[in-house]
Amino acid sequence: MLLEVERLRVELHTRRGSVTAVEDFSLALEQGEAVGLVGESGSGKTVTAHALMGLLPRERAEVTGRAVFDGADLLAMDRAQLRQVQGRQLSIVFQEPMTSLNPTMRIGRQVEDALRVHTGLDAGARRQRALEAMALAGLPEPEGLYRCYPHQLSGGMRQRVMIAAALVLRPRLLIADEPTTALDVTIQAQILDTLRRINRQEGTAILLISHDLGVVRALCGRVVVMRQGVIVEQGRVEDIFHRPQQAYTRQLLEARPSWGKGKEGQGHG
Amino acid sequence: MGKRRNWYLTLGLVLTGLTVGFGALGLVWTPYSPTAPSAADRLAGPSLAHPFGCDHMGRDVLSRTLSGAGATLSIALAVLAIGFVVGVVIGALCGYYGGVVDALVMRVCDAVAAFPSVLLGLVVIAVIGPGKYNVILALGVLFIPSFARLTRGEFLQYRDRDFIRAARLMGVGGLRILFRHILPNAWPVLLSGLSIGFNNAVLAEASMSYLGIGVIPPDTSLGRMVSEAQSYFVTAPWLVLFPALVMILMILGAGLVGEGVRERMGEG
Amino acid sequence: MKQILKRLGLLAATLLLVTVLAFVAFSILPGDPTNSILGLNATPEQTAALRERLGLDLPLWQRYLNWLGGLLTGQLGQSYLYEMPVSQLLGSRVAVTATLTAMSFGLIVAISLPLGILAARHAGGWIDRVVSVLGQVTMSIPNFLLGFLLTCLFSLILRWFTVGSFSAAAEQGLGAYLGYLFFPALSIALPRAAMTVKLLRGAILGEMGQDYIRTAYSRGNSKGRVLWRFALRNAMIPVITFLAMTVADVVAGSLVVEQVFAVQGIGQMLVSSINSRDYPVVQAIVALIAVVVVASNFAADALYRVMDPRLRQR
Repeated sequence: MLLEVERLRVELHTRRGSVTAVEDFSLALEQGEAVGLVGESGSGKTVTAHALMGLLPRERAEVTGRAVFDGADLLAMDRAQLRQVQGRQLSIVFQEPMTSLNPTMRIGRQVEDALRVHTGLDAGARRQRALEAMALAGLPEPEGLYRCYPHQLSGGMRQRVMIAAALVLRPRLLIADEPTTALDVTIQAQILDTLRRINRQEGTAILLISHDLGVVRALCGRVVVMRQGVIVEQGRVEDIFHRPQQAYTRQLLEARPSWGKGKEGQGHG
Repeated sequence: MGKRRNWYLTLGLVLTGLTVGFGALGLVWTPYSPTAPSAADRLAGPSLAHPFGCDHMGRDVLSRTLSGAGATLSIALAVLAIGFVVGVVIGALCGYYGGVVDALVMRVCDAVAAFPSVLLGLVVIAVIGPGKYNVILALGVLFIPSFARLTRGEFLQYRDRDFIRAARLMGVGGLRILFRHILPNAWPVLLSGLSIGFNNAVLAEASMSYLGIGVIPPDTSLGRMVSEAQSYFVTAPWLVLFPALVMILMILGAGLVGEGVRERMGEG
Repeated sequence: MKQILKRLGLLAATLLLVTVLAFVAFSILPGDPTNSILGLNATPEQTAALRERLGLDLPLWQRYLNWLGGLLTGQLGQSYLYEMPVSQLLGSRVAVTATLTAMSFGLIVAISLPLGILAARHAGGWIDRVVSVLGQVTMSIPNFLLGFLLTCLFSLILRWFTVGSFSAAAEQGLGAYLGYLFFPALSIALPRAAMTVKLLRGAILGEMGQDYIRTAYSRGNSKGRVLWRFALRNAMIPVITFLAMTVADVVAGSLVVEQVFAVQGIGQMLVSSINSRDYPVVQAIVALIAVVVVASNFAADALYRVMDPRLRQR
């Protein structure tokens, strides 16, 4: 077992008081498996991902439960231990490819970031590794892009850069938080293809978070459905796609337009 | 608002109230004549009769500080009045209508705003001569660009909002849209601009009067008083102390109000 | 390249306009400068001769061109009062003011960067609050008053230096010279440094809330690394632009503070020349300062473009 989450509970402290964002969340993920996490916005999926990554600020979030990753409990680690895992064995790709990259730093430098943090490789070796990761993420002509800045790239390309940066140290698990939501439908399909290839080829386990069961179906064998911070349904993706047990899951399925209807999943045009 | 008190705003309002009250009082009443010399009281230290002491000509420093604060206050307010009214009108028209005139006016404003106001004030005074009214005129004109730029930014932002479009469709006239529909929305930003402007006006007047090219005798102001007291600094420190203190509190008060207003806007 | 040429052209045009204004403003003033030089008893022949010598008999535009030509070659005209070339009169004073300005600027950077970073790093904590309150107070003290306070403390009470001993200090060598200029520089620097601290703190906190910071954390970067390698770099873009524009205010500040500390710089010269209506000197100083202001604004704009790659490639 690569990741075993037990009774995860996240309480967020806001100015208006505390909110329980995730409650009694349990999930097991095998080596090299791809699992989907689905729910409407505000259902707690992103909070779950950030809690597992250790990205919730400790003064504003109380995380309890267990999340055993590769034999060690992520939630029990101190900052320094956690940093050893972040970006090396456990990586994340965010929803917003436009803002998740540093606007004043060259692409190459950003893809190499994890190498600088975790390895003592020299510049030449780092560059070599970065170019490989960029090729793996499906970026054409990595050498040319290496010296570009993010604003010179399209949204899809930027998301590929994010994927390359997340994969540069070949992590055991990649958390992809709505990686295609901000993109065009055709680009969406290509990015999903890339993720699938990485999953098969490199054996990287993927936790794919989406509000769209269709997106999850393209990549994952298993799916977990969340609503208001708790799991309402889970099982094989084909079963749930064809025979949803819960009314909420049916609603999620009905809400999404079928493939080929144009842009999808975008907030406004 | 939340339970968190806005200390900056509260303290700022208190300080502003006190110093403005002090200056306003100085305009109408002083315990002694601020200009009548008295040989017997030359450089007398603070006492019950003269709480702030007396200066090198035996004039009561409290009376002079009162009238100096009144002068500084009225100069600052007059400067703001000119700069604000003209600046807001220019900025509103430029922001709302745009076009070549707007581009040209803003270029000029940028150029003027690039120069520190003390510097330009100095040049203008060098041309038109010193004195209270010339200082007001010089600084007032120099303050127009910053208010024009501020206002323009706000109006540009609201120009294409739906509620303004709706008003236009309903046949509301241009001037009415500018000053009845958009202006109220721009107030918070203009208000914090006013507090910065007040600070700059007090600072610029003080610096110019200190250099001897601002207010000239028999008029006085806080800056002028500090300048005159410079040579008696060792023997009679109260000559500098009291006007300086009033000046600092005046600027601090307005600064805190501006800070508080910005903080409140940031929250809301 | 085309962009750079266009900007340089704009810079040249602005500089030209500024010199025209500086010249014309003081040349159309009523009153004949020959009166103040020769006195009222001068014969018409004397007056005419002097007018010719000063070039005042030429039309305005020709006088401007002569003056501009002189400006470019370092000949700034003749002082009415001292009857010597302005360039000679200003030579050593320009060096003094330039030194003072440079020291002030250095102090602003040296004070504001560490404090701004410290305040941002401990945002909301007591260090942050102390810095913020002190900054607010410092910003409220006019720099000549600050000069007074420093004089009072370091000259009258601690006796670290003697006010008015600038020329003596200048003769004792570079150390004493710079030592004397330290407190004037500090009085100019403190209020601007307080503003810079506030700006830097806000910029850092703004950057720390950006998405790319979260990305950096997710790669295993420590808080210190995120602050220094990621947030600070981007936060410096507006701060450096602000600092470049600060040069103008530092120059203006030195005009005033030179009076407090009796430093013989161009500020003192400017004020006394305004009072004695020695317009060639005023014109020269104003033109000089204007060039510095315009150039520093140009530098601010250029730096902004260099530092932000989004603006660079066009």
